[in-house]
Amino acid sequence: MLKSTLAAAALLLSALAVRAEPVDPADWDGVLAEARGQTVYLNAWGGSENINAYLEWANGELKERFGVTLVHVKLDDTANAVAKVVAEKAAGRDAGGSVDLIWINGENFAAMKQRGLLLSPGWAESLPNWQYVDHENKPTIRTDFTIPVEGQAAPWGMAKLVFFYDTARMDKADLPKNAADLLAWAEENPGRFSYPQPPDFIGSSFLKQVLIEKIEDPSLLQKPVDDEAFVDVTEPLFTYLDRLHEVAWRSGRTFPENYPAMKQLLADGELEIIFAFNPAEASSAIANGELPDTVRSFTFPEGTLANTHFLAIPYNASAMAGALVTANFLMSPDAQAHKQDPKVWGDPTVLAVDKLPEEARARFAALDLGIATLSPAELGPALAEPHPSWMERIEEEWKRRYTAGN
Amino acid sequence: MLTRLGPPLTIFLLTGPLLFGLAGTLLPAFGFLPVLGGMEFTLRHFEALFDAPAIWASAGISLAAGLLTAATSLLVVMVFVAAWAGTPLFARIQHMVSPLLSLPHAAAAFALAFLIAPSGLLARLISPELTGWHRPPDLLIVHDPMGLAMMAGLVAKEIPFLMLMTLAALPQARAVETRRLTTALGYGRVAGFVYGTWPIVYRQIRLPVFAVIAFATSVVDVAVILGPTRPAPLAVRLVEWMSDPELSFRYLASAGAVLQLAVTGVALASWLALEKLAAALTRRAAGRGRRLRRDALARYAALMGMLASALAVFAGLAALAVWSFAGLWQFPDVLPQNLTLKSWVRTLPRTAEPLLTTLLVGLAATFIAAVLAILCLMREDETGRRAGQGALALIYLPLVVPQVAFIFGLQFLLIMGDLLATLPALILAHLVFVMPYAYLSLKDPWRAFDKRYDWLAAGLGKSRWQRFFHVRLPMMLRAILTLLAIGFSVSVGLYLPTVLIGAGRLTTITTEAVALASGGNPRIIGVYAFFQMLLPATGFAVATLVPALIFRRFHGMRV
Repeated sequence: MLKSTLAAAALLLSALAVRAEPVDPADWDGVLAEARGQTVYLNAWGGSENINAYLEWANGELKERFGVTLVHVKLDDTANAVAKVVAEKAAGRDAGGSVDLIWINGENFAAMKQRGLLLSPGWAESLPNWQYVDHENKPTIRTDFTIPVEGQAAPWGMAKLVFFYDTARMDKADLPKNAADLLAWAEENPGRFSYPQPPDFIGSSFLKQVLIEKIEDPSLLQKPVDDEAFVDVTEPLFTYLDRLHEVAWRSGRTFPENYPAMKQLLADGELEIIFAFNPAEASSAIANGELPDTVRSFTFPEGTLANTHFLAIPYNASAMAGALVTANFLMSPDAQAHKQDPKVWGDPTVLAVDKLPEEARARFAALDLGIATLSPAELGPALAEPHPSWMERIEEEWKRRYTAGN
Repeated sequence: MLTRLGPPLTIFLLTGPLLFGLAGTLLPAFGFLPVLGGMEFTLRHFEALFDAPAIWASAGISLAAGLLTAATSLLVVMVFVAAWAGTPLFARIQHMVSPLLSLPHAAAAFALAFLIAPSGLLARLISPELTGWHRPPDLLIVHDPMGLAMMAGLVAKEIPFLMLMTLAALPQARAVETRRLTTALGYGRVAGFVYGTWPIVYRQIRLPVFAVIAFATSVVDVAVILGPTRPAPLAVRLVEWMSDPELSFRYLASAGAVLQLAVTGVALASWLALEKLAAALTRRAAGRGRRLRRDALARYAALMGMLASALAVFAGLAALAVWSFAGLWQFPDVLPQNLTLKSWVRTLPRTAEPLLTTLLVGLAATFIAAVLAILCLMREDETGRRAGQGALALIYLPLVVPQVAFIFGLQFLLIMGDLLATLPALILAHLVFVMPYAYLSLKDPWRAFDKRYDWLAAGLGKSRWQRFFHVRLPMMLRAILTLLAIGFSVSVGLYLPTVLIGAGRLTTITTEAVALASGGNPRIIGVYAFFQMLLPATGFAVATLVPALIFRRFHGMRV
């Protein structure tokens, strides 16, 4: 009896999963009409409260303006969403997939693009709000981790590695100026620095920052990893980590799970220097009562990692039109200005403010970026992300060396 | 007719997912996974598994967790019951501990984490006055490599479980009479109980003990919150592999699930050996007439163990409650600098959907389980045959087989049937775990029912279903509501089946809470822990209050 019920249910479901009509962003009115009533499953990392709250706000706006329902599927690792699409493709589910929109960049974007798992041809540059995007001055919008985006993902926000410290405990003069300095500082202050355990995105990014500073020939990083040379060229990184772990928080026997977890550790004084990919993270945390208002930001004068994060649509998404409308809305001046408010999220915009209409420009100008946020001029040079294969290899090597504790 | 369907349907619903799931896990482990093109037998994936860094360390932690958790909780419960049963203190502690039974494992783990961490409530209470700490000490307590924190979290949850099982078995063991006898012969309280009563009690709680071992060897949620990270326990790593974008990892995860089966098997086999050893030692001590009258140390140690495990969880939950209202709260402040409703205001709207899923799945699974349990028991009445040891073992099967080992395979099957992340699939998965508890909690009250009421009604010419609905059901209302409350609390607490079968689209309060654990924001975890506490507690409150209200005019039906 149960078997037949299950079979009937399966039939019913497959009947419902009608192949979606191809959608054309050039016919925007058509897209809007089709999107109305759709539910968009946005697969995005769910480990940060303010980001989750922002997406709830977006859901409210999308419902009101476009009749689109946005459901945030909270991931602890974006790779899981990639896995879902991969599994669906393997199972032959080429339409009616469970992921409509995915928050992505770097290795995950590269993996999906390379396997043909993304909606193509490129659609992002045909979205109405693309006209405001600052692709001229922000090269990472069109080239993600050395991989050409080709419109297969819509830019959503800008990221730059920024460090935070508490002026109540630490003197500005003692701030490290580069990775080598940081190690020296950690050796003088044992137990007060750590990084999220790779493959956490921010943790792996810290490894890349060190690698960029330590590798003899940084130009190698712009090309895919050469397996034979890998061990030699990454030697300085792992020597650095070996030394760092000895003096790290908990003697490097465990690591914070991700960057939000480091905020409470800073508030409690367990850690003295933490970092994030969002320059406004500290201001945002101060506004939310997570960090004391004595916390300030700093970067390395010679530069820190910078990149763009995107929204991509899997090739088999169920709600294509809804996904396009969502991506376009999240790129809109309204959504971007709201996002950049440190009381909300504080994530820097991908738009060029001078391209915006007067009213929107005023909104951006009126934003109080917060007491602990560095001005764009103080953020220092941006270091380019290495080819995604480096991240994969470094994470693998990290696991091999450090998984087994000491 | 309907009752005849009961037992086979129950067995099918219990063992079907289990067997199909196990097959779905075993085949990929040996290279068969047609959707990925795996068509031939190979041991390659096991080679890859054994090459994975520190895989034996992971397996070792899982094995140790299973044995130590079971041994510690059982020892505390045994000595505590031996030493204190029948005293007023016993009743009081029993009342204190029993609410913990319904608390999801993840919530207990959170509570413990926020209590014992270097920046946790305990350290805050005594710092800096006693310790001189102005900053949290750099101590590895939570996530310690040996998994002690994780085991402590498990013990705190398993003690109430084994306690309840022991209490249910005590009446049949004639504990009071035996105690009088052993005391008269000059045995200490603990020794007398262990020699005289325990062997009979233990025989009855053996399957629950096995369930504890199996659960602790393969736990994921508690391990994520409290357990070691480098390496993590086996089951945690398996779940990571299962969701790796590199599909070949699914083979590895399946091979790992086979290893998990072996680890749980070894743990159970070691336990059987330990049982033999313990029995031999007891027999020898008893044979030599060891009275062990000076057992005060053991008695108070067990009391402390009992108290500490319960108080730790309550204190941790209290800390979480404060966190949910906290603004800035820096070490070593005992209380937050300011209180705010912000966390609640921000989080509440977000809890609506997981709450709805939790309720829907929990109620549906529990209701189905209740109907099946009643049908099975009615069938027992008809045939006059009771479920034997074999059938009982079958019912315990989903609790004794590690969850990862068959949920992986079930997930593959559901993907193929396009049923993954649908409500019916999730309800079915929950049913597998709710059903055993439903049957076990109803069977004793059902059998204790005075059949003469039934005969009386039959004599008045009532049909079988009339008798059932008008006599038996109302009179057994309390037991059935208790079954529903227990089943519901089991469903609320289920983590792994929900994560894998819900596939992130159907989330419950528990999966959301564990997902948030990684963000480490104690304010939000506090809000979710509140709901984790509230839902099962509401179930039990309903189970207590409704009969009290309905039966307020029936003198004979009051407790």
